[in-house]
Amino acid sequence: MKIFERFLHIDRRIIFVLIFIGVALPLIWTLGFNLEVTENVQSVYDLLEGLEPGTRILISFDYGPSTKPEIQPMAIALMEQAFTNRIRIIAIALWPMGVQMCNEAFEKVSAEYPNIEYGIDFINLGYKVGGMVTINHMAKDFRSTFPTDAGGNPVDEFPIMKGIKNFDKLGCVISLSAGDPGLKQWVMIAHDTFGKPVCGGTTAVQAPIMLAYVNEQQQLVGLLGGLKGAAEYELLVNKPGFATKGMDAQSVAHIIIIIFILIGNIGYFATRKQDIMKA
Amino acid sequence: MRRQIPMLITFFVGTLIIVSEFIPHKPFGTLSTSLEGWFLIISGFAIILGQLSLFKVNIIKISRKAPNWPYYIIALVSFSIMVICGILWGTQKQPGLIPISDKMLNFFGYKPFDYIFKYMFENLSATMFSLLAFFMASASYRAFRARSPESTLLLVAAVLVMLGRTTIGSSLTGWIPESLSFLHLPNIASFIMKYPNTAGQRAILMCAGLGVIGSSLRIILGIERSYLGGK
Repeated sequence: MKIFERFLHIDRRIIFVLIFIGVALPLIWTLGFNLEVTENVQSVYDLLEGLEPGTRILISFDYGPSTKPEIQPMAIALMEQAFTNRIRIIAIALWPMGVQMCNEAFEKVSAEYPNIEYGIDFINLGYKVGGMVTINHMAKDFRSTFPTDAGGNPVDEFPIMKGIKNFDKLGCVISLSAGDPGLKQWVMIAHDTFGKPVCGGTTAVQAPIMLAYVNEQQQLVGLLGGLKGAAEYELLVNKPGFATKGMDAQSVAHIIIIIFILIGNIGYFATRKQDIMKA
Repeated sequence: MRRQIPMLITFFVGTLIIVSEFIPHKPFGTLSTSLEGWFLIISGFAIILGQLSLFKVNIIKISRKAPNWPYYIIALVSFSIMVICGILWGTQKQPGLIPISDKMLNFFGYKPFDYIFKYMFENLSATMFSLLAFFMASASYRAFRARSPESTLLLVAAVLVMLGRTTIGSSLTGWIPESLSFLHLPNIASFIMKYPNTAGQRAILMCAGLGVIGSSLRIILGIERSYLGGK
């Protein structure tokens, strides 16, 4: 029964190769499995749909290139929904490279919406160091925290910033977050202290932690968790993109992992039975 | 005095911030806002300090030929190239010291800083993060064994969540009628994440919150002094 012993000690390079193939092939040839929209994702969508045209929302880009594959599709889908509904976006970044992430998302989306104008429908205020303190300071004095946009132009020049002194005139706050500072800090300050509706998107790894804030008090109105959350949002805004394609790759990778877990357990029980019989 | 004065400042500022949360009137409200402004300015300088520290640490390791010292050269060269490109030609939104020529812009399609960021840094960062998938696959195969009732429960929950978080999971149970939608794998995964997972996470968060309060009080009262440096 050496085969069962082999089940217990599969060379990890075999696992690596199969995961590589399992991820690469669905990215080339889409499998197109069905996707169901979960409650937390629907809540984010409904929140934005419920806003009046012209409402200003704040999107915080709290992630960098390492988590771009998971979070950037969320940013693109959220921007598409906002621009379709004529909702205006004030973007900031609590992560240094969030500025570039924001620019890239805006470049991609604005190409499809020629009527969208920088400074009227969208503004990128850039990066500010300080995390939670920055959020707290913004809530008390927005303009002294962000006196200029990412290009160094005074924010008073832009119509989108008219009357924005704190969070009062914002429809909601969305944080696309890959860690600290991020969504947790926005919940603690923007919602818990100043009562603004907060929702957001995180990496799949972070989602279980943030789910604790999706509760009766609506500390978080909704949550997009990982690539699946992004794919569900793409489905809701009817713009299948990278996340939808990536879900096939993720699905196959998960199936391969489950198969290996099963193989490991078959080997474990078979060898244990032999050991008991020998004893 | 080198330790007592910073400790007194910490006590004074810490107490002031706590008091200002309970008294939203002048001068407390404006004082805490001013202190937050100071924090943001100091944090900006901390970035410069961090960059200088990075340079110093790397140069020391290279000069001493520490293990894997050639990698530190690569780190320093990469860092310098990004800084020089950023200062000379600026970034997408920020102008640099010298205007970028049309020839260079046509060749790269972007300013040099943005070109390196988009086509090198982004891909390298995403690759590093993606490598986790391979190690997680290998670790799952070795760790998820039904050795005890607890580990079996963990194994079953993990498999259900993994399936529920995939499109294959949706397809596998998509045929189940709507009246039995609670049996859909995505809904089972959501249930596990929403109730058992959240209950555990909340307990952790509450304990962490109490821990933060405790350690903050220790710092304000001068019991915890490690932030002052030394022993």
